[in-house]
Amino acid sequence: MSAKAILEKLAVLADAAKYDASCASSGTVKRDSTETKGIGSTEGMGICHSYAPDGRCISLLKILLTNFCIYDCRFCINRASSNVERARFSPQEVVRLTLDFYKRNYIEGLFLSSGIIRSEDYTMEQLVEVARILREEHRFQGYIHLKTIAGADPGLIALAGLYADRLSTNVELPTEAGLSSFAPEKKPETIRKTMASVRIGADDAIDAAKSRLIGKARPPRFAPAGQSTQMIVGADAARDDDILKTASNLYSGYQLRRVYYSAYSPIPDASSDLPPVRPPLMREHRLYQADWLLRFYGFERAEIMEGASGGMLDLTIDPKLAWALQRREAFPVDINRAPRELLLRVPGLGTRAVDRIVAARRLGKLGLGDLAKLTASVKKLLPFIVTPDWRPGKLTDSADLRARFAPPPEQLALAL
Amino acid sequence: MREVVLKTAGDFAEWRSAARGLLAGGVAPEDVSWRGGGEGASLFGDAVVAAPGAAVSLPRELLEIAERVICHRDPEVPARLYRVIWRAARDRQLLARTTDAEVDWLRGADKAIRRDVHKMHAFVRFRRVGEAAGRERFAAWFEPSHRILRLTAPFFQRRFTGMDWAIVTPDARAIWQDETLTYGPGGTKDEVPDSDVVEDQWRTYYGAIFNPARVKVDAMRAEMPKKYWKNLPEAQDIAPLLAGAEARVERMRETAVSLANPLTEKWRTRVPDELALDNDVKTLDELARAVDKCKRCPLYCHATQGVAGEGPKAARIMLVGEQPGDQEDLQGRPFVGPAGQVLNEALEEAGLDRKRLFLTNAVKHFKFEPRGKRRLHQNPTTGEIDICRWWLDKERAFVQPELIVTLGASALRGVTGKSASIKSMRGAAHELEGGAKLVATIHPSFLLRMPDRTRAAEERKAFVADLIRARKLAA
Repeated sequence: MSAKAILEKLAVLADAAKYDASCASSGTVKRDSTETKGIGSTEGMGICHSYAPDGRCISLLKILLTNFCIYDCRFCINRASSNVERARFSPQEVVRLTLDFYKRNYIEGLFLSSGIIRSEDYTMEQLVEVARILREEHRFQGYIHLKTIAGADPGLIALAGLYADRLSTNVELPTEAGLSSFAPEKKPETIRKTMASVRIGADDAIDAAKSRLIGKARPPRFAPAGQSTQMIVGADAARDDDILKTASNLYSGYQLRRVYYSAYSPIPDASSDLPPVRPPLMREHRLYQADWLLRFYGFERAEIMEGASGGMLDLTIDPKLAWALQRREAFPVDINRAPRELLLRVPGLGTRAVDRIVAARRLGKLGLGDLAKLTASVKKLLPFIVTPDWRPGKLTDSADLRARFAPPPEQLALAL
Repeated sequence: MREVVLKTAGDFAEWRSAARGLLAGGVAPEDVSWRGGGEGASLFGDAVVAAPGAAVSLPRELLEIAERVICHRDPEVPARLYRVIWRAARDRQLLARTTDAEVDWLRGADKAIRRDVHKMHAFVRFRRVGEAAGRERFAAWFEPSHRILRLTAPFFQRRFTGMDWAIVTPDARAIWQDETLTYGPGGTKDEVPDSDVVEDQWRTYYGAIFNPARVKVDAMRAEMPKKYWKNLPEAQDIAPLLAGAEARVERMRETAVSLANPLTEKWRTRVPDELALDNDVKTLDELARAVDKCKRCPLYCHATQGVAGEGPKAARIMLVGEQPGDQEDLQGRPFVGPAGQVLNEALEEAGLDRKRLFLTNAVKHFKFEPRGKRRLHQNPTTGEIDICRWWLDKERAFVQPELIVTLGASALRGVTGKSASIKSMRGAAHELEGGAKLVATIHPSFLLRMPDRTRAAEERKAFVADLIRARKLAA
């Protein structure tokens, strides 16, 4: 294959892959090439090797094996009925590109996905083959993220889990209705079954590791960086509440590490029933904040929705603040005495700031001056906290508290 | 006033040995003047010698931080670091005093170094130099903000063990060759090749992965500051990509929707056949497939799959539970979770062979409430049980058991269609319409939930007794 042809295919197949938001290379096992004498390492923390002007990190070589696809999902640039230019890499070409990029320190590894060609099983086999060549023939120790093709044989998923650090199956649209009208070939129950087989694979590997006999070799790890998924925001009529409901069901049922929310962004040769608007970036941002509240701040979905209206999160202020404004009776919180769980509910305090407060207050009472060193902004905290040198008085319950935080309308227009 | 002259800036070992000597000699920070770092420092002043046997112990974390912070370019660093360890030797809690000004400085300086290290891991770009003795050779020119080469080189060694490489910086160079890592003096950019064949591919990739509809330049620059751009081959494309972005999006918006790709029909996969009519189910296997597709009530929306009964068609005893749990939902089989474990043990004790029983549930989809990383079981409503009786009745019609054991109240409702307390039904055999006998008992998960051990043991005994009664009745 000539160098020019590779460049052309790369342009088509990277362009086709960019609508998948995930680019994480973190959270996997520690390993390196010291023993194997090959190349590659993963050290827990992911590395973003570059940033595109869209502000997104470039950590992995994110490409499709092919953008030919027998599915016809309306929101997808690669759907069967799209007139987009098509290309297909051979597994060897993807391996070559991955190694060439990796040796120059451009990337942490590979994120390989594909359009569905011939059948779900055939497509999955091709993806697994790329990972197998990298791991077995080239002793590649870098990060590999494989897309699992929903509906592929569980045996193939089990194999994929042995080579890959992360597996992901995209839900794409959060509701049954959305999927059936926009992605007729995708079935939510098939997607959930595939996620279930990934979880079973991971659980089995953990059981095998626990019950191994002393002195016996450690059984292989199964997708140590776990599984993730993505939902498209703003392509269909699903509300934030539907999206978060699906997200919390997936987190609880299949132990997902991450749910990615991707604002629907216009694609070339778009289907006529989709909004040709700017991507709802602020909505996407609020969903990520809500997702963080679910995972790290002890919030339940129903609580987050207390600060929402009509099933949609407030775009003007963040979801924790929106909740707090509805729940003024929970405030103010005493910085020096409140348990960690309560501190986490204070608008303006993140997990790191809370950890620092809890550590620092063991050594003496904290006043506003101390808080200024421990947090990003004390001003935001004022209505919600008590310190020896500060009491909010009537501020907590004042009617114009929301206006204090909400930016003037013209700024909102910019943010969108 | 003591004067300490450091020969090499950023050399941790040199600073540490000096600091150790001063600390052991009880020299206060205000009595020391730190100089040097290759700026032609004069060598007058007292040589610092560690006092024998007077090692001062310091928190390990502090030494690790010091090893990083000494790489900072701020010339005040050796002195400030000494002041921190002087205080730390007298106050073991010092590092935890996050509101202390000097600790705040230390943490800030450490953060700057760690960020610089992280960015170096990310932004070094190797260029291929050639090949020697079957090993590929690469070289990179990099300009870190601080003197961090020794902090980063081991990372590249672990990652690129299988190739030879050199990283040249203005202060120093690191070379990995013949499986040995060595350091040398600083160099210049022209020692490293100015291009690499793969860079075209990388730049093509960079351009293609950029989404012109979501321009966020500030987010990019926050993480990839401009000072690094001059050594990143892809950075030359940032300006042209941004300049063309708006037009590309405009074109997408304006282009009329084109006709569908003429090959669509040939490519498209057939949507799998719609639900076979429930009434057409002719075998237990078909029934299981139909159960999996069931949409008679909304429970299917969040469960993984419908879980049908399992066991021989000729089974004489049918066991009916409530609904699949977390494990049953994932694996698609009844009684494979913790309650199934309890049931298996009880069956064995009662002399019943699980393989000869037909096991099923009153409700075929898992009903749950997500709670963090777990799914909490929720009782099905009588409405859900009654809707799902459609399937239970079919299973009963296929298997025609002589005896049905209901486990728990939901199962009892599922089988009889009426709500009754287990207590009122327990201990006796009942006749069901159609001639089969009924034995009602508790659900095994009831035993798992009982906190009182002695009571749980009693309940378990009664449960096994019920199962023995069932065995005898069916014999």
